[in-house]
Amino acid sequence: MPEVKEAQIVLHDDVPMVTITREFDAPPESVFRAHTDPELFAQWIGPEYLANTIDRWECRDGGEWRYVSRHDGEEYWFRGCFHEVRPSEVIVQTFAFEGFPDSVSLERLELTDLGNGRTRLTATSLVDSFESRDVVTGQAEHYANLADQFGLRVTPHHVSICCGDRREFARSTTSSGLPANAV
Amino acid sequence: MFAALADPTRRDIVTRLSDGDATVTELAEPYEMSIQAVSKHLKVLESARIVTRSREAQARPVHLEAEVFDIMDAFVERHRKRVERRYRRLDAVLSDMTETNEE
Repeated sequence: MPEVKEAQIVLHDDVPMVTITREFDAPPESVFRAHTDPELFAQWIGPEYLANTIDRWECRDGGEWRYVSRHDGEEYWFRGCFHEVRPSEVIVQTFAFEGFPDSVSLERLELTDLGNGRTRLTATSLVDSFESRDVVTGQAEHYANLADQFGLRVTPHHVSICCGDRREFARSTTSSGLPANAV
Repeated sequence: MFAALADPTRRDIVTRLSDGDATVTELAEPYEMSIQAVSKHLKVLESARIVTRSREAQARPVHLEAEVFDIMDAFVERHRKRVERRYRRLDAVLSDMTETNEE
């Protein structure tokens, strides 16, 4: 079995965008289906400790999606629309955490056939500000720690994006003092 | 800290300081803004402890506090590892799909 190359991540300097690349030991058709089939998608998308239930997953041009993650009795809903879906090639969709409906990201998934049953996945997330992106890339969970460390008072007021990690942020935000109705 | 870096000019200043210390005048040079405006940006970076300014030299060069960025790098790496864990779960799903097809 060929060696699996670990995910690479690039934070762009000029736009609040994150690009993730990863190679898979499976053909584009399979990787595509693991994104479009709600049952398969639910198996891998979220962090291990969150239960994901897909309410709607219409992976086609003009389709909508919505799912909920549950953790410690809390529910976190996410939704968006599919804009362009080309089998085994491209999925363009929007993504929003329902607690922060104004903060919508644009996501593009591209699959490249590498031959020999392998695929390169390129996923870009364009979020609405650099601040949101810093939140997305995981720093938000540690706002409180950083604030202590640097003697700062920091209030995270953006939520967004990047697949499963948004839920982790949603959780950390609630626990760090945002109004309860924000989530 | 992240709010301090949300501004494109401040991000640019930080990028340039990663090449070495610079005075306010040097930092202001490429921008179409007053030295006062650049100073304001530096104050924000200073209060977030991203940069420090020497009290001794007259030109008071601005210095980037590198460890701040080590911490940010660590966060990005932490995020990358989370992404990698997610894609390992996808690896497992893909592997199950192949087995199902072969049956």
